[in-house]
Amino acid sequence: MKRYSLSSIFTEAFRDNLGWEKAWTKRQPKKEYQIIIVGGGGHGLATAYYLAKNFNVTDIAVIEKGWIGGGNTGRNTTIIRSNYLQESSIGIYEKSRFLYETLSQDLNYNIMFSPRGVLMLCQTEHELKAMKRTSHANRINGVDTKMVAPEEVKEIVPIININGPRFPVLGALWQPRGGTARHDAVAWGYARKCSDFGIDIIEQCEVIGVKKKREKIVGVETTKGNIKAKKVCFVAAGHSSVLADLAGFRLPIESVALQALVSEPIKPIIDCVVMANTVHGYLSQSDKGELVIGGGADGYNNYSQRGSFLHIEETVRALVETFPVISRLRQLRQWGGIVDMTGDRSPIISKTPVDGLYINCGWGTGGFKAIPGSGWATAEMIYNEQPGKLASPFSIDRFSEGRLIDESAAAAVAH
Amino acid sequence: MLNIYCPICQRDCDETELSCGGQAHLIRRDHASSDKDFYEYLYERKNDKGIIFERWRHVYGCGKWFHTARCTLTNQVFGSYSAKEVQPPKSILATIRRSRVDFKGWVK
Repeated sequence: MKRYSLSSIFTEAFRDNLGWEKAWTKRQPKKEYQIIIVGGGGHGLATAYYLAKNFNVTDIAVIEKGWIGGGNTGRNTTIIRSNYLQESSIGIYEKSRFLYETLSQDLNYNIMFSPRGVLMLCQTEHELKAMKRTSHANRINGVDTKMVAPEEVKEIVPIININGPRFPVLGALWQPRGGTARHDAVAWGYARKCSDFGIDIIEQCEVIGVKKKREKIVGVETTKGNIKAKKVCFVAAGHSSVLADLAGFRLPIESVALQALVSEPIKPIIDCVVMANTVHGYLSQSDKGELVIGGGADGYNNYSQRGSFLHIEETVRALVETFPVISRLRQLRQWGGIVDMTGDRSPIISKTPVDGLYINCGWGTGGFKAIPGSGWATAEMIYNEQPGKLASPFSIDRFSEGRLIDESAAAAVAH
Repeated sequence: MLNIYCPICQRDCDETELSCGGQAHLIRRDHASSDKDFYEYLYERKNDKGIIFERWRHVYGCGKWFHTARCTLTNQVFGSYSAKEVQPPKSILATIRRSRVDFKGWVK
């Protein structure tokens, strides 16, 4: 792999850019691998990358049904933050945010990480109290956040309307080190580095069956033939239940459509990320000038990758009240992704009832921010055959054992 | 937007009038059941990609629960039936089979 650098740009500029290589090699599957990762999104690629980087395992195949970056990794609102309430969540999300800071250098790929700050608004008395509690939990766990007063909110985001009347801004939780990154670049950067390590990236290859021998995994059946493996990890987000069904077990997961939209591009008006959880809308501005808007997930299971109109209307209605200046903007694009929701709105990184089969799922509506940390923890679990410190609180057992990591009550919304 | 028939009001309802209650025909467990059964009842879901049977409540209407058959991939609705049914009635299964030849029937 040729390194991207100033001198490579300079060299290519003088030979009509003919020397650039394909970022990653598209491969056909071999007969056998040590480890197969099912799902070539951010989490799957990050898992493969950290297996190679931290544990020197490179006999890995990453199998993707569609194309790299075509799933939820390329469909989110790119928010990165770690201001969670529970200790276990803070552990993995803060690890992730920390890894994001130097990810461009690690991958030699500009992921455009922009720590522009994340502001979580409090628009009811209850939310204000809950956020204060979160800010204390953050401080105890070493996450850099603080509560800010309404006047400071107005200073950080001049276009905001803090006076309501329905939902006045009573304060906000400010995480200055949070921000955004270029979501496609995260997938492409990991894929390029994985390919460089000698990991096979196999696109357009769907898993249609799971091969087991006495409750131990021996391989997978795909649309490109059977592939043997000692260990398999499902990292398929919204389609995790479909894969689990093939392997013969059920998950505590329900899949729903979550939508996002962007406005027509305009001059810079907002230089941080604002999340309004009570009214349910998130807003940031992309480098192209589009306002990137996210909202609530659909209220019923579906795999349609479209989402319902009423949720778009709800989200926009809420944001127009908070940011009156955006009321005349037109919508440019809208899209949906299928997210995997657990009951406690925390992820699952776990062994499964099938020996040698691991699973990483349940990130719900907020998986993008966790990509590096999740990959790190999952790689550790697969290599050691048991979850490490970061992953162990997130095992499937937590539901039957009653030790839920309750982030749904913590945030009052899915996130 | 979904358009679902309420068998109690006997009319089509807009999605905004309704609230989804998740997988239908779960077996309700009590305190005497095993941990495994209780875990299944509380958390484990089929979450099928395709035809599902689910509970809906006509919140901004009669307020009653009923069951509906729907495809999670296309959002096609195949009809509603009473919440008292312990499994999908034959008429609903026949409706599904008419448009989905590969439909294998209801699995518990």
